[in-house]
Amino acid sequence: MNTMPEKHYLNEKRGWKSWLFTLDHKRIGILYLYGIMAAFLVGGVFAMLVRLELLHPGRDLMDAKTYNQFFTLHGAVMIFLFIIPSIPAALGNFVLPQMLGAKDVAFPKLNLASWYIYVVGALVAIYSIYAGGVDTGWTFYTPYSTTTSTSVVAMTLGAFILGFSSIFTGLNFIVTIHKMRAPGMTWFKMPLFIWGLYATAIIQVMATPVLGITLLLLIMERVLAVGIFDPAMGGDPVLFQHFFWFYSHPAVYIMILPGMGIISELIATFSQKKIFGYKAIAFSSLAIAFISFLVWGHHMFVSGQSQLASMIFSFLTFLVGIPSGIKVFNWVATMYKGIIRFDTPMLYALAFLFLFTIGGLTGIFLGTLATDVHLHDTYFVVAHFHYVMMGGTVMAFLGGIHFWWPKMWGRMFNKKWALLSWLLIFIGFNMTFFTQFILGTKGMPRRYYNYLDQYQPLHAFSSYGSWVLGLGFLIMAVYLFYSIKRGPVAGNNPWGSLTFEWKSSSPPPVANFETEPILKHGPYDYDKIIPERTYS
Amino acid sequence: MDTVGTLFMPPEGSTFAGEIDSLFYFIVYASMVIFGIVLFGMLFFGLRYRHSRHIAEATTPGISHNTKLELVWSIIPTVLVLIVFFWGFHVFMKMNVVPKDAMEIKVTGQKWFWSFDYPEGVTTVNELVVPAGIPVKLLMSSQDVIHSFFVPDFRVKMDVLPNRYSVTWFEAKRPGIYNLFCAEFCGDGHSEMIGKVKVVNEREYAVWLEEGTSQGEGLSPEQLGEQLFRSKACITCHSAEGQRLIGPPVNGIFGHDVVLKSGQKVIVDENYLRQSILEPQADIVAGYDPVMPTYQGLLNDRQIDALVAYIKSLK
Ligand code: HEC
Ligand SMILES: [Cu+2]
Ligand SMILES: [Cu+2]
Repeated sequence: MNTMPEKHYLNEKRGWKSWLFTLDHKRIGILYLYGIMAAFLVGGVFAMLVRLELLHPGRDLMDAKTYNQFFTLHGAVMIFLFIIPSIPAALGNFVLPQMLGAKDVAFPKLNLASWYIYVVGALVAIYSIYAGGVDTGWTFYTPYSTTTSTSVVAMTLGAFILGFSSIFTGLNFIVTIHKMRAPGMTWFKMPLFIWGLYATAIIQVMATPVLGITLLLLIMERVLAVGIFDPAMGGDPVLFQHFFWFYSHPAVYIMILPGMGIISELIATFSQKKIFGYKAIAFSSLAIAFISFLVWGHHMFVSGQSQLASMIFSFLTFLVGIPSGIKVFNWVATMYKGIIRFDTPMLYALAFLFLFTIGGLTGIFLGTLATDVHLHDTYFVVAHFHYVMMGGTVMAFLGGIHFWWPKMWGRMFNKKWALLSWLLIFIGFNMTFFTQFILGTKGMPRRYYNYLDQYQPLHAFSSYGSWVLGLGFLIMAVYLFYSIKRGPVAGNNPWGSLTFEWKSSSPPPVANFETEPILKHGPYDYDKIIPERTYS
Repeated sequence: MDTVGTLFMPPEGSTFAGEIDSLFYFIVYASMVIFGIVLFGMLFFGLRYRHSRHIAEATTPGISHNTKLELVWSIIPTVLVLIVFFWGFHVFMKMNVVPKDAMEIKVTGQKWFWSFDYPEGVTTVNELVVPAGIPVKLLMSSQDVIHSFFVPDFRVKMDVLPNRYSVTWFEAKRPGIYNLFCAEFCGDGHSEMIGKVKVVNEREYAVWLEEGTSQGEGLSPEQLGEQLFRSKACITCHSAEGQRLIGPPVNGIFGHDVVLKSGQKVIVDENYLRQSILEPQADIVAGYDPVMPTYQGLLNDRQIDALVAYIKSLK
């Protein structure tokens, strides 16, 4: 029978002050977790409302203005407040020092500051709803965004502030990974999740400032009427698109690389098997990080950009796709001759492989010049990036949440309900978004409040899917929160994993480990060691 | 005639649509093969090596990599994407190089309608009439924000920008009526910015041009006005049956008072209507945004008279 440790990071200190002034990376991770969960809820409600409105052509429950604000808020909240901080800032914060065998991150105060900056940025962004809403889409394309009467300044200022939170987290992680690894943990003995976070941190530090500058220029144009992007004042609207995608394409990898890291951990643990092609996976993360800076123009094939530029961007886009493909093959190969258990986190890893592969393959249609002309700005694009962002990152995030949940709280969730919720999410997701591939190829443009009758059956089916999806998440919320207090005690190492964080108690002590840990084996040495599972 | 298209794609209405579809389906089939391999691997390994099939706990083989296998799964996809890349580029260039003998039509996008200027002096709104079998070059620009000219059946899409001309072209294969969408988000009326491309044969086209230059002969002013109300896209923002759309309904306003944004009350007479159409920013109706475009230059005097007569007649 497992018992809870007497003292751990959750009960060592008590009261709200001990949370709001904490420097413990685990608690900061949990604070982030609350923040992004709230954002996910808000963004999700907007998404459900958007899908509800699209059930029929014409007005169902809101007018065009409100609809435009809702899809903008859905996108902005999900991207800036949820996905970008989700894995690095919440799970990464909680797990990274433990995986390295460190006591904390390199700069604990900066870490807490990042969270406060996140909260301030979020509040400013949400303030824009009261100040008249934003209706530009999360991409803020000029000159629409510089001329619309909605409160674009508040929203962009929010995103600008959030950028600093992201930069500081990245900086903190880079230094931590370089300086705070436990004795014996060489670069190639690091778990692959750390490699994922490392590559992500590089992009966060290098690309986010460009977004900051771009948004600042936008604010300057709106507030001070300096002509930068608006042709009426002598500016160039396409310049904004270049600036914006110079950040936002690499940002796609800020969102997916840490997810890929989690998948490596999950597949190895639940196949009880050495990861296939460790170095290939580690280096492909870095390769992706660097090439991702050179492909932004693939969002602009029909923007009037020169054909030569389009050709080069198309070519580089295919280059960045190959390493992702190689990773998928590596993960599948890892399962070969393993001892495979279908615990909840593994189910999410398999859902990731299924959905992310579709997301990646449909990216080929968009990277190819001739087919992109037809598919650009249609629902095909919407479906594609939901398969990558939700089918990829969110599935990895959910896998990670379920994986580290017993480490966070010391208790296990109910696996039967987890299976049901997984099933609903998987089915609902495909109903919602696979339909949208067909809508897109048939020519349905995105960001349409109203549409022609011929698209109605597909739109309706997609909306039904969103209800199944929503139900799945509702069930998950219930069983996860229930387990925090009442779940069965999980023990130190419920899944039988070899990485460092499972060596300490669950929940871990404030200093992460009782004694300074020393690395005796690699993170995936399942060929030498049979780890004991403390929960079954 | 193909009016349904294939499972994924709409009908092939232009000369290059077929080439795009061939490439599209090549990628579909290649992707299905790759996806099939991944799925099969997952399912097969998952079932074959599942935990319950093991009798005792054991270590697993420490396979760290396999150079030959990794080369295979790196090189084959690379070759495939290179094929797709060159193929895509090749077709893209065809879509971008306008044939020398193409006829040219000027396209203007503005919130939230399209207008088309023909070299013969005809102007249409939201309806692009072109002959089949002749390449058509579109020289496009926007009056306000970015729009995007998108005809799914032709596989044509090009952004329409406020500070420069953009160019695209197509050659319609056969007569028919095709949807024209705005594909770049442009505000409240974005999804109403829908027009039609009407493809006719060459003889019909010549007749249509002829009529266009002497438009509306033989119609009463009210009838012509009703036609214009539709064809000049007033109908996207105004209802003639009392509903509030982007703009106010225009039935039953003549002879009544209207409250302006400034708080002033004015009576709707012929001059007010005329000014509302030509200088819509002069008097803004209370409760509405100043988004109505000016029709200066898009309507001649006879057409304005007709519209005024039509609105007057609406109860
Ligand atoms: C993009 C949308 C849009 C289009 C297209 C449009 N209008 Fe308007 N119109 C408006 C709006 C909004 C108002 C109210 C604000 C104002 O007074 O400018 C308005 C006001 C008017 C008024 C004054 C109504 C009143 O109650 O006092 C008239 C008359 C009018 N429009 C006629 C037309 C005609 C005729 C056309 C077509 C040739 C047309 N509009 C096209 C948006 C539009
Ligand atoms: Cu991109
Ligand atoms: Cu538009």
